Amino acid sequence: MAAAPGPPAGGGGPAGRVAAANPPAAGSLEAVRRASGPRHVRDAGAADEVDGLRPSLVAEPGTVEEVAAVMRAASQGGLRVVVRGDGTKLGWGAPPSAVDLVLATTRLDRVLEHASGDLVVRAQAGVRLADLQRELTPAGQMLALDPPEAGATLGGVVAAAASGPRRLRYGTPRDLLIGSTVVLPDGTVAHSGGKVVKNVAGYDLGKLLAGSFGTLAVLVEVIFRLHPLPAARGMVVAEVATPERAGSCVRALLASTLVPSAVELDWPDAAGAGALSVLVEGVAPGVEAQTGAAARLLGEHGSARVLEPGEVDAAVATLGALPWAADRPGAGSEASGAGSDGAPAPAGVLGVKVTCVPSDLPGALAALWEVAGAHGLDAQVSGHAAVGVLRAALRGGDAAAQAAFVADLRGRLALGGAALVVQEAAPQVKRAVDVWGPAGDALGLMRRVKRQFDPAGVLSPGRFVGGI
Amino acid sequence: MDRDRLIRQMRQIVGGDGVIHERNQLRTYETDGLAAFRVIPALVVLPETAAQVQAVVRACHQAEVPFVARGSGTGLSGGALPHAEGVLVVLSRMRRVVEVDYENQRAVVEPGVINLQVTKEVAARGYYYAPDPSSQQVCSIGGNVAENSGGAHCLKYGFTTNHVTGLELVLPDGELVHLGGKGPDPVGYDLVGAFVGSEGTLGIATKVTVRLLRKPESVRTLLAAYDTTDAAGEAVSKIISAGIVPAAVEMMDALAIEAAEAAVHPNYPDAGAVLIVELDGPAAEVVHQFDEVERLCREAGSTTIQIAQSEAQRALFWKGRKSAFAAVGRISPDYYVQDGVIPRTALGAVLRRIGEMAAERGLRVANVFHAGDGNLHPLVLYDADVEGQEERAEELSAEILFACLDHGGSITGEHGVGADKKQYLPRQFSADDLDVMQLLRCAFDPAGRCNPGKVFPTPRLCGEVPGKRRVHPVEQAGLAEVF
Repeated sequence: MAAAPGPPAGGGGPAGRVAAANPPAAGSLEAVRRASGPRHVRDAGAADEVDGLRPSLVAEPGTVEEVAAVMRAASQGGLRVVVRGDGTKLGWGAPPSAVDLVLATTRLDRVLEHASGDLVVRAQAGVRLADLQRELTPAGQMLALDPPEAGATLGGVVAAAASGPRRLRYGTPRDLLIGSTVVLPDGTVAHSGGKVVKNVAGYDLGKLLAGSFGTLAVLVEVIFRLHPLPAARGMVVAEVATPERAGSCVRALLASTLVPSAVELDWPDAAGAGALSVLVEGVAPGVEAQTGAAARLLGEHGSARVLEPGEVDAAVATLGALPWAADRPGAGSEASGAGSDGAPAPAGVLGVKVTCVPSDLPGALAALWEVAGAHGLDAQVSGHAAVGVLRAALRGGDAAAQAAFVADLRGRLALGGAALVVQEAAPQVKRAVDVWGPAGDALGLMRRVKRQFDPAGVLSPGRFVGGI
Repeated sequence: MDRDRLIRQMRQIVGGDGVIHERNQLRTYETDGLAAFRVIPALVVLPETAAQVQAVVRACHQAEVPFVARGSGTGLSGGALPHAEGVLVVLSRMRRVVEVDYENQRAVVEPGVINLQVTKEVAARGYYYAPDPSSQQVCSIGGNVAENSGGAHCLKYGFTTNHVTGLELVLPDGELVHLGGKGPDPVGYDLVGAFVGSEGTLGIATKVTVRLLRKPESVRTLLAAYDTTDAAGEAVSKIISAGIVPAAVEMMDALAIEAAEAAVHPNYPDAGAVLIVELDGPAAEVVHQFDEVERLCREAGSTTIQIAQSEAQRALFWKGRKSAFAAVGRISPDYYVQDGVIPRTALGAVLRRIGEMAAERGLRVANVFHAGDGNLHPLVLYDADVEGQEERAEELSAEILFACLDHGGSITGEHGVGADKKQYLPRQFSADDLDVMQLLRCAFDPAGRCNPGKVFPTPRLCGEVPGKRRVHPVEQAGLAEVF
């Protein structure tokens, strides 16, 4: 369908694109209330805002059928829907062009099946990852995902492709998700994959959904492959004085036959030194041998030591923490107003994710500090060094400085094939930048995928790459 | 289709020696690894570059002619079965290793590169490419991408989909796009993940970026013999519940052992079942766990345990396993290979059911399988010259798949649905499930010309089809984009 010039007609029709300013018709909200069961729908409050936009309603359907009914009603009423688990990553993504309804998966909170002998678990999307891990522990198993966002739900982790330090060894949600049930905007319920790890029957829609940011369908049920809990773990920490030193450590680790679970970089400020932490997991004799070997290897590039057993748990607990974690929640929001001396107010923390091939790590770090300095921002960096994922918290500048930083650093990084995504920013900063950056020559194809799954633009309109 | 015109066009694109149109030569391509299906294509084209693939596909698109991509033609589900009215695009001339980036552990290869060639290319530097389908000496990376190929070692290391990080694709309308790359977390939808395993129905990959893994410090392999498959299955359960993730756990039953012995003489012990267990990784880890695996294998009642003392002995253990399909040809004139998957814990029950069903039909079934992940490869033996046997064998093959589904499994673990099993897909997925999968197809290939008739029993109409899509006057005038 070609979009006619001029504003689309407001209101009804499943394909009707309602202009952002138009409030949803009362009738369509009523239909959602009926679909979700009146006890589980409420008027949205300030806490339900998505990037400063307040929806009309929050629905918490309790079954797959209710999710389907809500989506059907929302689609028919021309409502725009943002799906939310615990909301830990609701600040990621571009601000939606509009949102009328938040569909919360809070009540989809059951672990449906743990086939421990098969190392597989099936659970509803609203189950919190931490709760799932607690259920799996007695069987000596885990879902090998460790995103840093506390409280995150399975659906949110998959939809945002959230990952943590141990992705180096185990991969990201796409690698561990083996089955899914989704509800499309029109209410269709569809499954893909299944309960067996090895399965090539039909298209692998799980991969498409992982990281789709709630723009294609509502995840209601997920099936994961599990891993045995490691019997022992150990850690080696090396001080790295320069980005080049960090780079040579990572290069040495990757070229070795060691199999670390994580290699994490932590660099609180550009003026000081950084620390590289190597996490090793497995059987005790293996951990001992590997940590010893890692310490010797890194010792060739500076000082490195194996943590004492008593230090490991505390070190693991902080591993992979987001550098802007302490700034949240709400530190320096849009409402913080102008400073007393009349200067533009700091915009709060800006959190960005930089991705590159591991060999470009030193270059990316150097570029990050240089561009931050040029815009008067302090950068705190951490990241999955051996994977090529860095995160930086930028503090101290106003919205204009932050936006300029994003554009400048993205330009610098692009020269080396690296990329930048904004993950934490005040709404006015997010509106001033392209949160995702360019998606390359496949953007048209991505738009066609979106159009097939969500032709009317019901789900999280404007949140994803290229305005999808 | 104006065949002569198309031949002329294709010759202009790839040159005279890249176009095959004589019927007797076309016959070479009438089947892939699944010889039961045969179709002679209208035309075979052998492009050498991505630009040529693009031009070939565009010509097909413009002529409204279907096309099918083919690598080495080793697939076992008829995924590369030609279309009688279509062009078969054979990628075997695209065999360049474009780039090897050791530091970032990636290689960029063309689709015709042979799986094992990737490992050979990087072995001297201590690296390898992990997915290892049994056909790895001949199968191509492009085919692996299409089928999301597995192999014995995917238990620990995952499948092709876990090892491909970037693709250059020619879409069914001839557009060239780049997905992912060498770095992590490309922005946008994970279309690499969606494409891998799509069985050639979404486009043609012209470059594939794969992970290279560092060769493990230590590899240890044992072969354990058991009186029954149940006992061997018990050993597998013990290993898994001990929290050990072996690099591979493979099982063969008595008939499969007999076939392997007849063909390649791996010197397996005379047994009801043999298990090959391989561990790899850092030496200290492997040594410790290998002892435990050996102990668990004995506990489960192993009659003989052989531990590979050399790379040659290890290779021999694997030779019997990897040549098992072909070896079955030594003990039976004909056979069907199935590829069902079950939750590993259902192994005993499903094997017994297979035995009963085979006995009812007076047929023999040899079982070779990836025991660690429940991927069965029952080989249903028959003699096509015996009246009615082929039909019974086909029936039994289907019944085996249904038994897998009854236990919550899948009809295919690594061979793909292709032409072979598409009629069974609705047993595994609802009509809505299949319709939603085909939304992806509609995004990539709205006209349905890319490997049509595979995977899905009923093609979905994509909104813009039927009836040729007309460009809206507003769009044509450049006033609006299609949304």
